[in-house]
Amino acid sequence: MANLSFLFKTAIRDSRKDLNKLFMFMSSIILGIAALVAINSFNYNLVKDIDSQAASLLGADLAITGNKPLGEKLTPVLDSLQAETAEELEIFSMAYIAKTDASQFVMIKAMEGGFPFYGKIKTDPEQAYLDYQDKPHALVDHSLMLEHDLQVGDSIKLGIRSFYISGRLKSAFGSIAASTSFAPGIYIGKPFIEETKLIQPGSMVNYAYYYKLSDPTSAEQWKDDHRESFRNESLRIQTVEGQKENLDEAFSSLNNFLNLIALVSLLLGCIGVASSVLIYIKNKVPSIAVFRCLGMKSGQAFSIYLIQILGLGIVSVLIGATIGSLIQIYLPVILKDFLPYEVVMDLSWKAILEGVLVGLVMTMLFALAPLVSIRNISPLRTLRTSDDEVTKRDYLKLSIYGLIIVGIFLFLLRLTSEISSAAIFTIGLLAAFLVLYLVSLFIMWAVKRFFPSSWSFVFRQGLANLYRPNNQTQTLLVSIGLGTAILTTLFIIQGLILTNVDSMDAGNQPNMVLYGIEKNQADRLTTITEDYDMPVIQQAPIVTMRVAGWKGKTKEEWLSDTTRVARRWAINREARVSYRDYLESDEKLLRGEFVGEVNPGDSIFISLDEGYAESLSVDLGDEIVWNVQGTLITTFVSSIREIEFRSMRTRFFILFPKGVLENAPQFLVFITKSPDSETTAKYRSAVVKAFPNISVVDLGMILSTLNDILTKVSYIVKFMAGFSILTGLIVLISSLLLSKFQRIKESVLLRTIGASRMQILKINATEYALLGGLAAATGILISLVASYFLSTRQFELEFDLNPLPILFIFLFVTGLTVFIGLLNSREVIQKSPLEVLRKEM
Amino acid sequence: MDYILSVEKLSRVYKSGSRELTVLNDINFDIQQQETVSIVGPSGSGKTTLLGLCAGLDSPTRGTVSLMGQQINGLSEDERALLRNKHIGFIFQNFQLIPTLTAIENVMIPLELQGSKQAKSKAKGLLDRVGLKDRMTHYPNQLSGGEQQRVSIARAFCNDPSILFADEPTGNLDEDTGLSIEQFLFDLNAERGTTLIIVTHDLELANKTNRIIKLKGGKVVADEKSLIQAQV
Repeated sequence: MANLSFLFKTAIRDSRKDLNKLFMFMSSIILGIAALVAINSFNYNLVKDIDSQAASLLGADLAITGNKPLGEKLTPVLDSLQAETAEELEIFSMAYIAKTDASQFVMIKAMEGGFPFYGKIKTDPEQAYLDYQDKPHALVDHSLMLEHDLQVGDSIKLGIRSFYISGRLKSAFGSIAASTSFAPGIYIGKPFIEETKLIQPGSMVNYAYYYKLSDPTSAEQWKDDHRESFRNESLRIQTVEGQKENLDEAFSSLNNFLNLIALVSLLLGCIGVASSVLIYIKNKVPSIAVFRCLGMKSGQAFSIYLIQILGLGIVSVLIGATIGSLIQIYLPVILKDFLPYEVVMDLSWKAILEGVLVGLVMTMLFALAPLVSIRNISPLRTLRTSDDEVTKRDYLKLSIYGLIIVGIFLFLLRLTSEISSAAIFTIGLLAAFLVLYLVSLFIMWAVKRFFPSSWSFVFRQGLANLYRPNNQTQTLLVSIGLGTAILTTLFIIQGLILTNVDSMDAGNQPNMVLYGIEKNQADRLTTITEDYDMPVIQQAPIVTMRVAGWKGKTKEEWLSDTTRVARRWAINREARVSYRDYLESDEKLLRGEFVGEVNPGDSIFISLDEGYAESLSVDLGDEIVWNVQGTLITTFVSSIREIEFRSMRTRFFILFPKGVLENAPQFLVFITKSPDSETTAKYRSAVVKAFPNISVVDLGMILSTLNDILTKVSYIVKFMAGFSILTGLIVLISSLLLSKFQRIKESVLLRTIGASRMQILKINATEYALLGGLAAATGILISLVASYFLSTRQFELEFDLNPLPILFIFLFVTGLTVFIGLLNSREVIQKSPLEVLRKEM
Repeated sequence: MDYILSVEKLSRVYKSGSRELTVLNDINFDIQQQETVSIVGPSGSGKTTLLGLCAGLDSPTRGTVSLMGQQINGLSEDERALLRNKHIGFIFQNFQLIPTLTAIENVMIPLELQGSKQAKSKAKGLLDRVGLKDRMTHYPNQLSGGEQQRVSIARAFCNDPSILFADEPTGNLDEDTGLSIEQFLFDLNAERGTTLIIVTHDLELANKTNRIIKLKGGKVVADEKSLIQAQV
């Protein structure tokens, strides 16, 4: 006990004057843990909210959704459910606002029944929600009303029917459309949708049937039992549980990246810990030798510094956890609009506890590696200053390295939940470490072997520093290289994610789509479009049809065939097919011959998208029979196309030649480009006035909403990556501070025997430039390999590298190394040799 | 006769790559309790190496060192540490005070390591004895060289050592300060009946001890009574 008290007392006494020397140690932990806690807290809160709000998001226990109404076949199945029911028809169209003579793209929801069963539609006045379904009343989105200065009591025209605005729609939970944010919503009663005449052949209508079950827990089982029969009718069953999974999936990419940042921050923090403890202990060697000389056992000396490091580690971890918790409170503010619902950010004790535990364990493991060297400090150093380290194999140290590897593996396993991924990451990190170590050995050998004896003294001196005794080549190359590799990997992945985000930007692409156009309206519509100096970029006829059979079997036969490889979605989907005698510029013929026109009675050759052909398991020459609204048409695949998905056009998986579908029921789709929002508004208004049945979708608005979301994603990515970059810088600095002790003595001696300041600077600059440059180059090469695998395997991104930021990182790391290296020698340069000798030695 | 320190056939060889460097070769001597001994010799003669081996800071290549009747060669480093803590005191040329501890904390260390409750009072008494009563809470860098060496002397006597090793105790001090340090050293030694072994270049200081062991090329070339002792 007395011994323990002495150890604690000495630990405190000894650290009093040296706390500043542990600043880097504390900073590394604080930043690493802050990032870890912030990210984990955010994830836990999100999961918790997904769990608690998934029911509200769906609004029911069970929902049947699809783009066609329930058929007679399935209605009895649903009627057997012990449930309260509601129905919804959703259509996107233009609304005409007489008050401002303006039109607006809106999402119309025609409702019947008491949906949502969970959550609430908030309206102003509150009671407006109660009776809007029974009268020609509409609940109109708050922002739309603000934009057009609409008041309760005004009217709004949907199609050819005017509605009385009975309430302001403030918030609505539950919807089959995640597209709520793209267009303002208008709720009307279902019986009145017919009167708008908006539902025309080819109109995109989404149908939803909601059920509140007497036993909500039976929903999942019911779904499993009936999934197949509903799939066959192209209808989806949604449950609360499924909703949770969807949301989890939607956030998985973001989670993957945030997890990567958490890992990077922690690893960088750990390298920082190891470097700074190494510096600290190096500084303490003379004191430890005296302690040992006065009779302190090696275990006691070790314990004193362990207590110091553990104490400061705990304090730093707690500070880090506090900062992390504060950040996670701030993070949702940035994300507010991005999330589909309000996430309530509570303090996540689980995340904090996990951060504190992981932080403490990893900090101690990484600190222990340099700490255990204390055991080998000889008391003889008090008599003779010797730099000779004990070279015998230290099994305790080797065990700690083993534990570090196990620790990293377990942390990765916690992040990825996959043994193989965790193992690959751990092996990757070890490989990076090994490569850097081998490169350092190679450099030392190469410089010695090919030493340029004819060079000037300062350059020879700087070069020789790379291999002479007490060189820092291995330490700095490994620590700077590893830091650079981890940081660059993060940079590259961040860049790839942001590039991916940028590529979604509309740019100069078409920004308006008009659909639901009847064939006889096309000419007039073209005239209106041209009156506004807008081009008709694409005008395509659309005929809806379904697969009836292929390769000699009917659809039903295929569906009951257990050896079938064709995907169900490809079989069941309602195909929107077009016909023309040419390929668009964004279409590339991969195989076969494109047939643009056939004569009546000839075999019909069609062209399929590569992905669709794969999904239906058909290839060139295969027969496909289509059900075109009751008429069966036999076709043969003559060509396979690839469609460029980056251009904003209507893409057709199935393309018929001219001469077949001209007389089938069809509608047209128009694609045009408006120069500005003013023209868009005027054009939209003119079209809606002339043809109330035509829907004008302003992609610009959708793209701008999408852009807002993506900007926020970019912001989070940059914000969180910023943490790692800061930690990385601290690691770099603490690694470089290590070198101060190695070089100061000889710089002072050189000064004493007459070397000029400039000569000292040049010697040091040569050494540090070589070390920094080589470490950065090796680290970057490692990061290129790592990010290639990460981007293609983990993030599923195209590996498209921008060399400029990489060059910048190389120059920055090299520059920083030289800068701090020279900063280390500033004392030698500025003060008299004797002054420095007294202070530093 | 009981010797406090016996050195028998002591050799120390350092290896440098494939080369061997014999620093000490076949050294033999015995030192009695309360004896004061100087080890002198030119640079590189092996004085400091011999001191390190006698004090149990290093292990010999061949031969034995017995301290207080106990052969220390076979002891582990921690066992030797315990022996040093209980029976040995050290004074170094460059003082070797812990820079982060105050004067009194430096002096207390040996006793605190033993778990003694009198560490503070004893340290205070010793600092008072060496004239540093008012500098007890000062850090080493706030003290002059002479003051630092006085703290070092106080620390060396704090655990009432049986034997005290001093490595060039006045080597870093000016003449006047050196003399006052010598005075403190010999006075305390006399008061406490400690055996004193000094490694020095300074023949004047060596002559103040009872016996002088001269080293040259790693061998004892003379082991004689000092002038003072001879005169007595």
